[in-house]
Amino acid sequence: MSSTVVTAPDFIVDVAGLRKQFKVRPERFGAKPKVVHAVSDISFKLAPGATLGIVGESGCGKSTVARLLMGLIEADDGDVRMAGLQLSQQPDQLKAMRSKVQMVFQDSYASLNPRMSIEASIMFGPVVHGVPRDEARHTAHDLLARVGLEPARFAGRYPHEVSGGQRQRVNIARALALKPEIVIFDEAVSALDKSVEIQVLNLLQDLKAEFKLTYLFISHDLNVVQYISDQVLVMYLGKIVEIGPVQDVYERPAHPYTRALLASMPSMDPWRRTQAPPIVGDPPSPIDPPSGCRFRTRCQFTAQACAASEPLLQAADASSSIDHRAACHMLAATAGTWQPLIADGTEGAA
Amino acid sequence: MSAASLLAEPSPKQSSYWDDVARRLLRDKVSIACMLLLALIVLGALLAPWIAPGDPSMGSVLKRLKPVGTPGHILGTDELGRDMLTRLLYGGRTSLLMGMAPVGMALLIGGTLGMVAGFRGGLVNALIMRTVDVLFAFPSVLLAVAIAGALGAGVGNTLLALTIVLIPPLVRVTESATTQVRSLDFIEAARASGAGDGTIMRAHVLSNVIGPVLVYATSLLSVSIIMAAGLSFIGLGAKPPTAEWGLMLNSLRNAIYSQPLLAALPGVLIFAVSLGFNLLADGLRTAMDVK
Repeated sequence: MSSTVVTAPDFIVDVAGLRKQFKVRPERFGAKPKVVHAVSDISFKLAPGATLGIVGESGCGKSTVARLLMGLIEADDGDVRMAGLQLSQQPDQLKAMRSKVQMVFQDSYASLNPRMSIEASIMFGPVVHGVPRDEARHTAHDLLARVGLEPARFAGRYPHEVSGGQRQRVNIARALALKPEIVIFDEAVSALDKSVEIQVLNLLQDLKAEFKLTYLFISHDLNVVQYISDQVLVMYLGKIVEIGPVQDVYERPAHPYTRALLASMPSMDPWRRTQAPPIVGDPPSPIDPPSGCRFRTRCQFTAQACAASEPLLQAADASSSIDHRAACHMLAATAGTWQPLIADGTEGAA
Repeated sequence: MSAASLLAEPSPKQSSYWDDVARRLLRDKVSIACMLLLALIVLGALLAPWIAPGDPSMGSVLKRLKPVGTPGHILGTDELGRDMLTRLLYGGRTSLLMGMAPVGMALLIGGTLGMVAGFRGGLVNALIMRTVDVLFAFPSVLLAVAIAGALGAGVGNTLLALTIVLIPPLVRVTESATTQVRSLDFIEAARASGAGDGTIMRAHVLSNVIGPVLVYATSLLSVSIIMAAGLSFIGLGAKPPTAEWGLMLNSLRNAIYSQPLLAALPGVLIFAVSLGFNLLADGLRTAMDVK
């Protein structure tokens, strides 16, 4: 089904050259302010109804991408089109965009106003967009029922009176209250118990089909991303290192970083335990990223070209028709060296 | 689920934050005692024209400085022979007005400025907060004396002087509370819903900031009452023959050796009101401290 994404005529999300730098206060007065390269030249497209998983280590710019797409922070550069609208900081256009694109945050407690009842929190968005209160309340109750919270019991409660999983359901209901076409999940299930997490993931799958939604799913959990996504985008220090259909990327990862991430997934097979961590240490500081390929300081395949120039996204396997691209100078040299680690049903081709 | 059936069965657990605060406050004996004491004094002042035994400005040279307990004058008479109980009741009207109104006005102005400063941040914050810092550079009593002195004596000028003095601390407390709330995700979620700054401040910031600010304003009431009485005492507040506790304290200070109990009465009331508001603020703070 992922190949249809490539050939589909229109994209509901079209991001081109997205860039964001944050200035850091200089250590001493008069010094040149340092710049954090949070997001550098991110481009991707997404067909309606697809789910794009965005993965990467903490600090790689995943959440910044989400906030940029929501217009919560202003991009330095780049062109973002979502649901037929162009993202701008102009208030009217931004408000119009906000009824099409919604977001669910990681911290289910902090993202609900502690002084507002659950019902009032869900009603807030529609009321701001001019929906009459009675109608907004009705929608809120319907949505609560839809996410599995009985309105009669939960509508009047306050955030501290419900559990974490229930709170995240409320946040999902709130995001859906504006009838969006695209929902961005920023680590939305990361803080939940595993048993609750799978319930919420299944709920998300159902809601997606029911409301014809497109998802951007940000997570550091590779299993979750594999479970929910059609496409996956791997980020490292603010750049895309690999992007492609989820099955292809997980089976035949082309970039050394993606391989390292996949290799560090805890194995389900007790006889093939994950032994030494494939990459060690923290990513370099995004204030002064390495020249050329940003991953080269932790990569096992470095060559001279890696320090000299930044690798561009290119087809991971030139002979394949699948749109699977990776940004690595060593693609040809490392092709075929990947040993699949996980022995589950989807394996076999390698 | 229809709207009618929802109305028919209200949610079993609908305790809002403020219900909890009220319940906890009413369980605190000290807070209850303070509220009763303050209610008694405020009611006495409000109802003075109807319950006072005499006329606050009617004096008699023959009945000067009668001690507490004199028949016909339960709390005695002052240096001009006016009934003390009547004067204290009427004095409460002026003293409480001069003490409480500035806090209310400063709460409105300072709270708004602080919320805007905290929410907008950046240049707006710098502008408001640095202006407030300049006012902070002066000791509050000195600033009140200076402003009241420059404007001249009178109740209106005292109100203005005290309001100006009370705005800076309220701006600061509101600003710091707002700054804390501003960075929370629910503000960002509200913005992502398409709400503007004004709506977010009204619907989301105010409800989370008002608690600590109200506690602080309650404790400022006691300071304000004392400052108002102090200004009147040094002749910059209410003018004679107006009954006012600070002014009465001043005019009775010559009688402190002959009638010490009589001379202390206005002071006792100032002390009681001030302490009452202070302890009530403490109780309120404890009651609001949920987690």
